[in-house]
Amino acid sequence: MAKVVGDIVIDIEKCKGCSVCIPACPQDVIALSKNVNGKGYNYAESINDECTGCTNCAIVCPDGVITVYRKKVE
Amino acid sequence: MKELRLMKGNEAFAEAAIRAGADGYFGYPITPQSEVMEYLMAEKPHERTGMVVLQAESEVAAINMVYGGASCGKRVLTSSSSPGISLKQEGISYIAGAELPCVILNVVRGGPGLGTIQPSQSDYFQSTKGGGHGDYKLLVLAPSSVQEMADFAGLGFELAFKYRNPVLILSDGAIGQMMEKVELDEQKPRWTEEEIIKNTPWATTGKTKNRERNIITSLDLDSGKQELHNISLQAKYREMEKNETRYEAISCEDAEYLIVAYGTSARLSQKAVDLLRAEGYKVGLLRPITLFPFPTAIIAKLADQVKGILTVEMSAGQMIEDVRLAVGCRVKVEHFGRMGGIIPSPTEVVDATHKKIIGG
Amino acid sequence: MANITKEEIRKPENLVYKKTDLLTDKALSYCPGCGHGTAHRIVMEVLEEMDIQDKTIGIAPVGCSVLAYDFMNIDMQQAAHGRAPALATAVKRLHPDKFVFTYQGDGDLAAIGTAETIHACNRGENIVIIFINNGIYGMTGGQMAPTTLPGMKSSTSPYGRDVQTMGNPLRITELIAQLPGTIFVTRQAVHTPAHVRKAKKAVRKAFENQKLNKGLSFVEIVSNCNSGWKMTPLKSNEWMVDNMFPYYPLGDIKVNE
Repeated sequence: MAKVVGDIVIDIEKCKGCSVCIPACPQDVIALSKNVNGKGYNYAESINDECTGCTNCAIVCPDGVITVYRKKVE
Repeated sequence: MKELRLMKGNEAFAEAAIRAGADGYFGYPITPQSEVMEYLMAEKPHERTGMVVLQAESEVAAINMVYGGASCGKRVLTSSSSPGISLKQEGISYIAGAELPCVILNVVRGGPGLGTIQPSQSDYFQSTKGGGHGDYKLLVLAPSSVQEMADFAGLGFELAFKYRNPVLILSDGAIGQMMEKVELDEQKPRWTEEEIIKNTPWATTGKTKNRERNIITSLDLDSGKQELHNISLQAKYREMEKNETRYEAISCEDAEYLIVAYGTSARLSQKAVDLLRAEGYKVGLLRPITLFPFPTAIIAKLADQVKGILTVEMSAGQMIEDVRLAVGCRVKVEHFGRMGGIIPSPTEVVDATHKKIIGG
Repeated sequence: MANITKEEIRKPENLVYKKTDLLTDKALSYCPGCGHGTAHRIVMEVLEEMDIQDKTIGIAPVGCSVLAYDFMNIDMQQAAHGRAPALATAVKRLHPDKFVFTYQGDGDLAAIGTAETIHACNRGENIVIIFINNGIYGMTGGQMAPTTLPGMKSSTSPYGRDVQTMGNPLRITELIAQLPGTIFVTRQAVHTPAHVRKAKKAVRKAFENQKLNKGLSFVEIVSNCNSGWKMTPLKSNEWMVDNMFPYYPLGDIKVNE
C-alpha cells in the first residue's frame, strides 16, 4: 500500500513564532522551540516524523517561512 | 501647419492638450474653468488620438488619477479653479515628492473660501511657495493670452517630463473665459508603449523579467535617505532656476519707472504703459512668464536703472514680495491691485503709478 | 517510514510548497501572526499562477501595508491615504491591457477613502480591490476604525466604542455590493488553511473577472490585529471568529456571471 511521507523546512530566522501553524497541523508536528532566533523569537520547529506534507502549515504561515516536501513510498 | 481659430482660453488649452499628445485628462467641474472638460468631452479625443477623459467624483480624486496616470509615464493633466486647487494640494505634494510629470491648470477666481467666480490672482503664494506640505516647488507658467493658454499646454508637458516635476499653469478667470484668435500646433502623436518604456524607464508599466520592479512612492522612513531625496529635489529646482526662467520685457530699454505684472494684470498694465508714455513718462513693463522660477535677475538689473517699481496684481500684493527680494532696498517697490474678482482698469494703474511711484 | 531519511524527502522533485518568487526575500514588517502576510502571499500566488507579473500594477495604501511594495515583486504605486482607487482608475483607463489592483485597509478604504472607493466601484472600473478589515488603525497605534465593533476598545475608544457618540461600524462591503458597477463582492478570511484556500480562490476569481473585462471585483478579508487588539496571535484569531465574523459574516455577497 502506498504511503505518503512529508517534511517541512522552516526558515527559522524569518519565523516570528506566531504559532498560527501549530493548530493548523493535523499531525501535531510543529511546536515552538525553546531556543530563540536572531530576533529573539521562539521559532517553530518540527518535533516528530509524522508530517504528511499536507502543506496546511505553509499555507497559513503569514510570513511564508515554511517549505514543504512530500514523497510517495511504495 | 498651424491652424488659426477663435477660441476661449479654456477651450484653447483643452484643444492644445489633445494636440500635444496628452494621454489622459481627469477633472471636476468648477467655474470658471468648466469649459476645459466640456470641450474635451464634446471633442471625443478618444476617437481622435486615444486620449482618455474622465470626470472624477472630486478634485481630490482627479489629482490622484493624475498621480496614477503619471506613475505609468503617461502625459496626464487636470484643471480646476482656486477652491478646487486647494483640494488638490495633497495630491500635488505627493506628485512633487514622487517626482512625477503632469500639467495642472488653475483658472484662478477670487477668494478666500468660496469667494467669487470672478478672475483673481490671489493664488500666487499657493502656486509658488508650496501650496501643500513639504519643501517642494512647482514649475509655474503664467499665460496672459489665449495663445499662451494653448502654447503652455505643450510647453508644460515638455518641462514636466524634462524635470519629472508637476507644472502649474496659473491662469485666471479672464484669460480662461475670453475669446481670442489662437494659432494651434499640429497634432503630435501620443507616445507608444515602447516610447514610454524608453522615455520613462522609471514608470510602472509592468515588471518584466529583465528589470527590477519600479516603485512610485514619496515615502522613505529612513531620515538619511529622505534628506538626500530632499537635497536632490532642491538641486532640481536650482536647475530650473538656471534654465527655465522666462519673462517678457516691454519698453524697458529706456525705462525710468517699471511696472511688474503677469497674466491679466500684465495686459492692462501694458495699456497703462502706453498711456503713461503718451504723457511723457518713460515707463516699462516686465511680465514674468514663469513665476517659479521667478525672473529675479532681470528685475535686479532693472532696479539699477529705474527710480521706482509698481507691481500690479489682482490680489492684496503677493508677487511684490518676490520683486522686493530681487530689488533689495535699492528703489521703492509699491503694490497696486484690486481684490474680490475686480479687474483694475488701465487708468487706475496710471493713477496708481503717479501716486505711488512717479510722484511718491 | 523509518528507513526514509529527511534528505531523501527534501528533494526538488518532492517539493510541494514554497513561498512564491513574487514575494521578495525581505522579511515582512508585519507583527507576528498578522493576516496581512498571508493576504499578500495569496494575491502574489494568484498573479504567479496566472503568469501576469509583467502585466500587473499594484497600488499600495497608507496604513500597515504602506510598504506592500517592499514585499510584492511587481511594479507598484504608493497612494495617499484613501486614494488608491483613484490611482487604479487612471492606471486601468490608460492601460486597459494591464491588470490593476489596490490593496487597502479599513481606515484607508472605509473612512478617508470612502468617496474614491464608492465611485470607483460605482463606475465599474475593471479593477480588483483587496480590502483588509481588522477593525482598527494598526499603523498609527490602534485607534478606532470605521469598522471597530460596538464596545470594542481602541486607543481612541479606550472605554469601548459607544455607538451613540462614535457611530456604528460600517459594513462597507454590503454597501458596495449594492452598486451596479461591481460584479463580484465577497468576504473571506485567512486564519486557517481552509479559509486561506477559499480566499485565494476568491482572489483568483477576481483577477479572472478582470481578464474578462467584467467589472469591479471586491474581496474583503476579515483579519486580525493582535497588537492593536492586545492579544496573542492565536487568541486574536479566536476573538475574530467569535466577534468579527458575526458582524462581518464570511461568504460571497454578490456574484454576477
